[in-house]
Amino acid sequence: MGTQDIPSAIVRFAALDKILALGRANSLWPMTFGLACCAIEMMATGASRFDLARFGAEVFRPSPRQSDVMIVAGTISKKMAPAVLTLYDQMPEPKWVIAMGNCAISGGPFVFKGQYGIVEGADKLFPVDVFIPGCPPRPEALIEGILELEEKITGTRRWPRVKAG
Amino acid sequence: MSEPGRLLAFLIGIIAFAALNAAYLVWVERKGAGHFQRRIGPKEVGPYGLLQPIADGIKLMTKQLIVPEGADAVLFKMAPIMVMVPAIVSFVTIPFAEGLQARNINIGLLMIFAFASVAVLGILIGGWGSRNKYGVISAARVVSQNIAYEVPMLLTVITVVMITRTFDLNAIVNQQMGGFWHWNVFRLTASPLMPVAFLIFFVCMLAETNRAPFDMAEAESELIAGAFTEYSGMGFGVFFMGEYANIVIGACVATILFLGGWDCPLGFLPGVHWFLIKMYLIIFTVVWVRWTFVRTQFYNLLNLSWKILIPISMFNLILTSALLKVF
Repeated sequence: MGTQDIPSAIVRFAALDKILALGRANSLWPMTFGLACCAIEMMATGASRFDLARFGAEVFRPSPRQSDVMIVAGTISKKMAPAVLTLYDQMPEPKWVIAMGNCAISGGPFVFKGQYGIVEGADKLFPVDVFIPGCPPRPEALIEGILELEEKITGTRRWPRVKAG
Repeated sequence: MSEPGRLLAFLIGIIAFAALNAAYLVWVERKGAGHFQRRIGPKEVGPYGLLQPIADGIKLMTKQLIVPEGADAVLFKMAPIMVMVPAIVSFVTIPFAEGLQARNINIGLLMIFAFASVAVLGILIGGWGSRNKYGVISAARVVSQNIAYEVPMLLTVITVVMITRTFDLNAIVNQQMGGFWHWNVFRLTASPLMPVAFLIFFVCMLAETNRAPFDMAEAESELIAGAFTEYSGMGFGVFFMGEYANIVIGACVATILFLGGWDCPLGFLPGVHWFLIKMYLIIFTVVWVRWTFVRTQFYNLLNLSWKILIPISMFNLILTSALLKVF
């Protein structure tokens, strides 16, 4: 599938669009859904040390119908791929996808010549909005990924970006 | 004020009260959950995260509404309304303070419990109509749970009604005026088991509103989201608001029946503020219980009702009637 171009609306209401975007960006409910070890880091992100709840994104909804962002946390095996795709299709619009960790980005350490069990990246299945590298990424990285997604939705960043080093 | 004007004011007031409570109790819940788990909770969206419910509301309202293929569309769309409406209607008879009551009905208590059972029907048809196996399992659970907990709750309420000799909520509160030792919880001369009756009522209220540790309707780890599995966007939002409105109604009834309504504990300056303080204390306890106890097993839930709560409340009923006959 890859990325697809969504045509913009003909009539636009700038202020309303902004409010909608702000509302959506500040209540990104992820799906309770983990595939591998990255999910452990995702749980840590929701727990007391890192506290994803600060950004209103801690409401992990178990049903895809009520979630806005799907965090693909782990290796997608070929057997799991249809289930992941179904979950993506079951989510109502607007929906976003975060590919968390090297396996979800490209297959990670499982890619070698002649491998037969792994889907090499979540973007082979559906469009992905934010990629978070790491094996697994630290909880801070996932929070940064969520902030990056908020920036993608609203067009403005919550805090000034800090350059590493 | 003229009668139609007064009713219109109460209509707007009640709907605003119910909706504001539903929105901001979610904030209380999330903030409370944060602090009980040594987190901060929502804090970045507005000061202290106070704009969080508004953001959630905008998000839920602008989300795609899905009616699953093969679902019973009428029942599916009707179910959230059937949870929300009875709760709002029940507010009509709640006396918040002297004269602050939309309609004084002499069977107000009966009306509230009649409408409370309609909310269960809402969850039942929601689970049934969504053509989802988890929804159907959840609907079956909700019905058996609510039947089990309706019995001790009503037995407790009958005990109170026997003591107060009226269904009129206003009259029930007026009997308890003049300090906390007049409240029904501490009316030990009528029945020495009144504090226990209050506890039973509170536990039943938790179960009736499907709150953890009795949230069998929405047992996340077993049933996805139970009866709400197929609901997206505002369908789910209305269910959620209905749940919180039902909690508010439960807390109001507990305040009126046991804690003396708008009466001040020390006997001076009664007013609506005391009613709200007591009500929100009960609601805070509900949140506190949710984030402290784990979900019970379904068998334990039914055992608790049929083997412990119903015998005790039955005994309380018999004891109270005996005492009333003797004295």
